[in-house]
Amino acid sequence: MFAYLVKRVFQAAVVMFVISLISFSIQDNLGDPLRELVGQSVSEEVREQLRDELGLNDSFLVQYGRFAKKAMRGDLGTSYFFKEPALEVILKKLPATLELVLGATFIIIGLSVPLGVFTAIRPHSIFSRVIMGFSIIGISVPVFLTAILMIFVFSVEMRILPSYGRGDVVHVFGYWSTNFLTWDGWKHILLPSAALASIMLPLFIRLIRSEMMETLQSEYVRFAWAKGLRPRRIWFVHALKNTLLPVITVGGVQIGTMVAYTILTETVFQWPGMGFMFLEAVNRVDTPLIVAYLIVVGFIFVVTNTIVDLIYGLVNPTVKLARMGA
Amino acid sequence: MSLLSVRDLVVKFAMRDQTVTALNGISFDLNRGERMGIVGESGAGKSITGFAILNLISRPGFIDSGHVMFDGMDLAHTSDKALRTIRGNRIAMIFQDPMVTLNPVLTIGQQMVETLQAHRSLTRRDAEKIAVAKLREVYIPAPEERLQQYPHELSGGMRQRIIIAIALLLDPQLIIADEPTTALDVTIQADIMELLLELCQSNNVSLILITHDLGVVSQMTERTLVMYAGRIIESGRTRAIINDPQHPYTQGLIKALPQQTLPGERLKQIPGNMPALSAIPPGCPFNPRCEYTVDRCRTTIPELVRVGPVEVACHEVQRMNRDTETEEQTA
Ligand SMILES: Nc1ncnc2c1ncn2[C@@H]1O[C@H](COP(=O)(O)OP(=O)(O)O)[C@@H](O)[C@H]1O
Ligand SMILES: [Mg+2]
Repeated sequence: MFAYLVKRVFQAAVVMFVISLISFSIQDNLGDPLRELVGQSVSEEVREQLRDELGLNDSFLVQYGRFAKKAMRGDLGTSYFFKEPALEVILKKLPATLELVLGATFIIIGLSVPLGVFTAIRPHSIFSRVIMGFSIIGISVPVFLTAILMIFVFSVEMRILPSYGRGDVVHVFGYWSTNFLTWDGWKHILLPSAALASIMLPLFIRLIRSEMMETLQSEYVRFAWAKGLRPRRIWFVHALKNTLLPVITVGGVQIGTMVAYTILTETVFQWPGMGFMFLEAVNRVDTPLIVAYLIVVGFIFVVTNTIVDLIYGLVNPTVKLARMGA
Repeated sequence: MSLLSVRDLVVKFAMRDQTVTALNGISFDLNRGERMGIVGESGAGKSITGFAILNLISRPGFIDSGHVMFDGMDLAHTSDKALRTIRGNRIAMIFQDPMVTLNPVLTIGQQMVETLQAHRSLTRRDAEKIAVAKLREVYIPAPEERLQQYPHELSGGMRQRIIIAIALLLDPQLIIADEPTTALDVTIQADIMELLLELCQSNNVSLILITHDLGVVSQMTERTLVMYAGRIIESGRTRAIINDPQHPYTQGLIKALPQQTLPGERLKQIPGNMPALSAIPPGCPFNPRCEYTVDRCRTTIPELVRVGPVEVACHEVQRMNRDTETEEQTA
């Protein structure tokens, strides 16, 4: 167990190193920080002097070393626009984004498991055919189109759900205010979460369906029938448990990926999270904020993957964590 | 009164471009406490026969026609609910490969308790007591501890013993064992067979033993069916079939037994292969591989007919038999 943990943490560190390197080279090539800092009216000599002082004339490696050292201490630079530490700007926006991802995750789990299981058990029923048809459409429709369509139907035509913002939130602690404690908050988060979920939902339904169908063909499921068990027990205990094991791995990666998709969703719904912030930062060429965003998202991605691997090891009795370390 | 009576059972598989017949008119009876072997090469339809008895043929296969009479019920044409009261309870099945028969994510205890609870209202505690008793019957050491273990923590032989214990949980009247030792190490195959024989005898359980090994059949069973390409081609008392096989196919199977071969000599295999279901020749399905084939064998399917102590489906055997009868009469 300990060896496995160490190994996973080491892998995560390597991935973080690569992400930071990429992010930093973006910073190096994007815009001129001096122009952002001092504007046009400063003479060339003063600029050159400032460059020296800021270390912008040092070699790439030296600059990266300085950047990495600061990053380790949580210093990801100062946002040009907000004039605040970039990390802090992001941390303020992070809870809104995480709640959005959480909402979408709930929708995905709540729908994909029953639908995937049903379409596997009754592949020839009309309902299954409809679900599978929709899932093909769902995969090919871009998320902003789904989002706009949803706004049109539920906000403009039916007027039952708000189309932008977070609504009433309740402060929990630190930078975290939550949507999940007020009725208005629930109403506001529903559409954006649904739009975000719509990208991954068809994929998950199909994944669960195909894994489930394969499991239903297995010898141990046939043996379960031969034992005279009830269908419900065979489907939901014998088959589903084995179906969800591989789904957990894929699922974890996809939920990490979903953080990136929040950029589109948050923009359409003007959701005050870090995805919306990122797009604004790009428009303002707020390089430290862009770099900080990439690093934070990379960090979230690495952490979810590591946690998912650990959960997989815990729920799968055939994987001994001690052996995984070997 | 026989315990099980199978009549004209036909099982088909609906493949993409055609429907093939895997079982073609299987009929046999099995008495209470009787042990019967089903032998034949791989692909003969032995496993399909076993599964069809429990109505466990899954898509694209289906029971096309025929009857499986068990205790006044036709298992081939009854509700799923009625089938559940039979499966695992009054007819239990032991599968071929113990490495894939148990569910990898459930403990041995869970898989035994659920079987008991499916058929009887028992608390978990009481069910576990029965499970431990059955594990002891199949000589599993430290049975209480096994209940907490997952299948992957146990060896193949141990797993097959546990599967036998599961089959015995509800004191069934019939056990169908589909090549129960084929996937196991040679050194423990005999142990498992011996255990199975002992348990059937002491509990007066009927047994259908599916195997491709005539040697095993002769040790374990009283009666034997020989199958070829989805048909029964010979049936009768095991001793009669082993000592005096009538059908050329059965003769070939016996000649191929290692005991029939001198050391250093090559095993005498029957030339050729069993046909695929989509390519079964007209007439007797065995005719392309048979050394006695005459024209009639290529056109007419032979019926099972009593010849001495056995029943056999072979034109030539029946003709020779008729000839000897006439000779005896004229003499
Ligand atoms: N799911 C299936 N789909 C199509 N054909 C099948 C299927 N299962 C078995 N068969 C065919 O049925 C025939 C009999 O199979 P089986 O009873 O398993 O043979 P065996 O005598 O070796 O146990 C074989 O020719 C096999 O190809
Ligand atoms: Mg078989």
